Parts: sequence; structure tokens; C-alpha cells
Amino acid sequence: MTIKRSSWSIPYLIFLLIFVVLPLVLIAIYAFQDGEGGFTFANIARFFTDSDSLSTFALSLEVAIENTAICLLLGYPAAYILASKDLNRSAVTVILFILPMWINALMRTLATAELFNVFGVTLGKGTLLFGMAYDYLPFMIYPIYNTLNKMDKSFSEAAEDLGATPAQVFRKVTLPLSMPGVTSGIMMVFMPTVSTFAISEFLTNNKIKLFGTIIQENINSSMWNYGAALALIMLVIIGITTLFNDEDEAGKAEGGLI
Amino acid sequence: MTQNDVIIRLENVSKAFGDKQVLDNISLDIKKGEFVTLLGPSGCGKTTTLRLISGFTTPDSGTVYMDGKDISGIPPYKRPLNTVFQRYALFPHLDVYDNIAFGLKLAKVPEKEIEQRVRKVLKMVSMTDYEDRDVESLSGGQQQRVAIARALVNQPKVLLLDEPLSALDHKMRQDMQIELKEMHQKLGITFIYVTHDQEEALTLSDTIVVMNEGKIQQIGTPADIYNEPVNSFVADFIGESNILNGTMIEDRKVNFIGHDFECVDEGFGTNNPVDVVIRPEDIYIMNNTTSAQFTGKVTSCIFKGVHYEMLVDTDSGYELMIQDYNAFEPGSEVGMIIKPMDIQVMRKERLCNTVEGVMTDESHVEFLDGEFECGAKAGLEAGDEVTVQFGFDAVELWDHQEEGQIAGEVYSILYKGDHYHLTILTESRGFLYVDTQDIWDKGDLVGITVKPSEIKICRRNDN
Repeated sequence: MTIKRSSWSIPYLIFLLIFVVLPLVLIAIYAFQDGEGGFTFANIARFFTDSDSLSTFALSLEVAIENTAICLLLGYPAAYILASKDLNRSAVTVILFILPMWINALMRTLATAELFNVFGVTLGKGTLLFGMAYDYLPFMIYPIYNTLNKMDKSFSEAAEDLGATPAQVFRKVTLPLSMPGVTSGIMMVFMPTVSTFAISEFLTNNKIKLFGTIIQENINSSMWNYGAALALIMLVIIGITTLFNDEDEAGKAEGGLI
Repeated sequence: MTQNDVIIRLENVSKAFGDKQVLDNISLDIKKGEFVTLLGPSGCGKTTTLRLISGFTTPDSGTVYMDGKDISGIPPYKRPLNTVFQRYALFPHLDVYDNIAFGLKLAKVPEKEIEQRVRKVLKMVSMTDYEDRDVESLSGGQQQRVAIARALVNQPKVLLLDEPLSALDHKMRQDMQIELKEMHQKLGITFIYVTHDQEEALTLSDTIVVMNEGKIQQIGTPADIYNEPVNSFVADFIGESNILNGTMIEDRKVNFIGHDFECVDEGFGTNNPVDVVIRPEDIYIMNNTTSAQFTGKVTSCIFKGVHYEMLVDTDSGYELMIQDYNAFEPGSEVGMIIKPMDIQVMRKERLCNTVEGVMTDESHVEFLDGEFECGAKAGLEAGDEVTVQFGFDAVELWDHQEEGQIAGEVYSILYKGDHYHLTILTESRGFLYVDTQDIWDKGDLVGITVKPSEIKICRRNDN
């Protein structure tokens, strides 16, 4: 008996239906239901009229932007050094930078919290950003490192040949050509930080509540409908930023990599 | 030639990457306005030489001069020369105009002048109206033109070209060759061109520098290099040729393929072994066998467009390649004549293998990281430093590397009419030279043994 090739994808389709499509549909259904199961916009309206939720959301965005900026500022130079044949000759250093990703993020966060506790550091926004940057830095370094590593060395040589000093080579050639890596690094850091809750819980003792935290709290206290509405709103907003980024990246890729 | 004519001078320059000597003490003068081609097989050091001039590589020893000044320590961006890169290296994030204007903008040339100069250079490379095009939407030939324009717009004193045509197809390459030659004549600046394509070098250059194994083999005009190669490497690399072992009987008389020939060469001594080069178009072939210098039988005849290319087995058992406008059918008996002018006699680079070694006991010697039996040698004991010599035919090659005392790979092959002369690169990065009847391919991995009875050993002088 021969199995058609297209039927190989059936298990994956089933998986997608059960674990991706169905939950999304359920979120949407719950978000537009009141406690008795009737259709309502109240949950969505409640978010936009509740100043607490709105300010939490604003704070989440702020923290996410700050974290992304920190990761970018730390990650780009690190990626540049790792990709440079003159500054780094060993693949081991690259692995060392990626190594933290092998350990569960929750465990790392707990350990960090414990360290702050031991050294008597007051938990707050500083510790939150520290923990986030620590968790997400590899996600920024790796895509940038990859783009820089694959970049043809002759581009920077050509620039130098045309009279560019090393600083000008970086500004006018290396940096613009590494933008695809930077964009995907930003995406990989920004999107998960908006919805994170564990890090803020452990590293600020819930002093700072992020958007992810209030979704979790609502779900935990059986306020499924409102929680679902919040989740839906977050999804939509992240979805919109992704769209922006995609267009951006497509635009760059056009003039981008060979 | 006066000192002022020289724009680039390399003096005793050496460069090694790891344990590989890429350039071995080369010296070279390049004159103003000259079209110089560095020609050689891959790995011969030609690109490294170019990078020394452009500044992307610094010499381990020796000096690079430009206009009489030492520029060895000056970074590339301060050197008044520009490069056309092998794969063009056009900036993908900039359009054609911005690519070409890149150098001028860095030099803070006024916007108006930039525009004029970019347009002018675009016109020169026949790319007018392409300013706003994305460089990736251009064909290979167009990208090449933009790369040349980007370099020339800066009005460099010297233009360096690193195999610029290698990525183009044959027809396009020929067109670009003509254009490059015209550009060179029009601009009057120095072109230094790197290629492994001998035809390209012969077409373009005023001067050709033939390189091999990190050394300059010969410098000369295309005609010099073609007609009077100084050694068998140059003869084999440039054009088609018959390279044969010969003996210089006396001045103006040389013996090869079993016959004596008159020639025009002098000063090789008497009865000295030499290499003889005959270009395939210089052997006259005819049906008449009585008035010929020697006779033979045609074994193959291929039409090559302009001429026929024939292989002929001579009466004395050598195979010669002959090119002629007339076809001679395989199997036919033919007579041949070679004129004295067309015989190029060259000193042999070496007559046998010479390596340095150490005795391990009185009948074994170690060289090139292998231990070889050499028969009992009186008066020598373990630890003695010796010079080892053996003939080209004393070396035996085996299919499997384990079968030899040492292993190596076939580095180059030269057909000598009745046998092959191989250069073997051993694993310890030494060279051995082998005469063999067997057919090997370049890059074949081989085991190497040496016939013990043919090894000659003498104690090395302490100095």
C-alpha cells in the first residue's frame, strides 16, 4: 500500500488544530462572553476603561522597550567581537555565550533572585531589567552574530579600499548590512518580554506587575473571560508590531543580503 | 629605465600563512602606466602579492614602495590605489550611483562634482541611465562595470584587478578584455591584473609576471614569455607545448627525441641535459617522408576551428602534439621538420631529487618525515646529518598511501613526450620529482617509496 506524500502532513495538521488553532478560538470565544455565556464586548471595554490595566500595559511596553535596548546595546558589540576573525579565533566563546540557553529560564531567574537576596539587593525595576537582559541577551546576540559571520569580508575590504577608516567601514557598510540580524534579534527579545510574568514575579516579588502578570492573575482567580480578553488584546498588539517589522525586514532584504 | 618610472616596487618580500610559505623573497618593479599581469596557478601567491600592494596584507619581511616611499605600514584606506574585487563586492544596500559615489563622498568632494564624475565614469563603462538601479538587479557583466567604475571614479594612480573576469562567461569575458585594454590606454594609469588565465594575460598585458610556488618564474612581454619561456613550468603554463628532455651536444646543436637538431641557443656547455620546448604550431608536418628530419605516424586528429590538432608517434617512440591547417588522417605516415629558430632550449631546474636527512643507523636514513632503507653506507652512523640524492626514476608511487614510507599528493604533471614528470607534495610539505610511465591525476593521494640502491648519500658540510 502506498501512502500519498501529502498525507505525511496529517499528524502535524492535527497537532496544529489541537494546540494552536483551538486555543486561539477558545481565547476569542471566552473574550467575548460574560460569566453566563452570553455575547458581550464588556471584557474588551473594561480593559480600555480600567486605568490600572492600561498603566500596566504601558509599563509592560516600557520595560520591553528598555530591555530590548539594553540587549541591543550589549548584544551587538558582543556579536561583532564573536564574529570578528581578528578578535575571536575560537568557536568555544560563541558556545559560552549561547550556553545559558541550555538551562531553563525559570531556574536561571530563580537563581538570580536568590543571588540578589544573598547580596541584599532591593528588588525593583533595576533587578527586573537585569534579569530580563540576562535571560534574553542570547536571543539578541545569536541572530546578529549569524548575519555578521556570514557577511562577505570583501564588502568591508571594498569600503576600506575606497578610503573608509575602520569607523566609517562599520558605520557605512557593516552596520547597514547587519540590519536583518538586528531586526530579528529585536523581534526575538521584544515579543516575549511584553508577555513575560515569571521574571517580574521572582525578581520584584510582584512589586512590579507586567501585562503577563495580570493575565495570569485573572486566569488564576478564575476570571477566564477577562483574562482571555487581555490575552487577545496582547496578541493583536504583538501581531501588529510583527507586521511592521516584517515589512521593514522585507524592505531591507530587497537591497539586503546577496 | 630610470628610477622615476617605477611606481610600485616590491623588494625581497616574503609572506607565510602558518607553515605555508606563500611568497618567497620576491622582488618586482612596476612602471607608471604599465599593464602588468600577475599570472599563475591557484596558490602561486599572485593574489597575496596584490593584497600586499593594496595593503590588506603586510609582508613578513621585505618592503613595498610606492613612488619611492615605503608604504608597508600604511593602511589600505590611505593608499592612493583602488581595487576591483573578484566577486565585485558591490554594496547591496546602495544603488549604482551611491556605490560609485562611495569613495568620493568619503573624500568630501562637493556634491555637484560627485554627480559629474559619477556620470562621466558611468558613460565610460557604458552604464549611463543605470544610476538608480539596485545593484542586485544587474547582470554579472553590469555589476563588473559598476565595480570598475567605482574604483576608477576616485582617479587612483594604480588600479588593482583581482581576477575581475573570472565570474563571467567566455564571450562576455572577451568583450570585457577589449574594453579593459581600451580603458587602460585612454586613462594612462597603471593596471595590475591578477589572473590564472594565460590567454587573458597574453591578450591584455604589457608585461606578464609568471608566478609559481611563491616565486617569480619569469617577467617579460607576452611575446617573450610565449616564445622564450625560461623553464618548463612557464612553457607548460603558457599555451600548448611539447616539453622534452634533451642533450645540448654543443653550441647550436641539441639532441632530443633521438635525433640531432640545429638550434640557435648557445652557452649551455657540451653534453649537458636540457629541457626543450617546441610549440605545436612550430612543427611542420607533411606526407613526404624522405626530406623530413624525422618521421612518425598520426594517432589522432581533432578539428579545433582554425586548425587541426594531431598527436604523432615518432619513429623514436615519442608522442608530439602538432597543430596545422591541414588534416592528416590517423594511421598515415608523415614526415616532420623543426626549424632552428623554433627550438627553445632551457636549463633544467634540477637533475635529481636533493633533500636533507639524518642517518638513523648505517643502512637507514630519515628525510621528509619518513625512514628509508638505503643499503649499508660505510663511514656513516646514526645521527649523522646528510644530503640525500636520488634520480627522478628512483621514486615509486603507490595507489594507497599506506604502501609508501611517506605519503603525498600529485601537485603537478608535465608530459615529456614519452613519460610523465610529476611534482609530488609530501605530507611534510616538501617536494619530490618523479619520472613515471603511469598515468596519475593532479590531486591523487599516493604512497611514496624510493629504491634503496639508487639513494646516494654524502655527509653534509658543517657550514
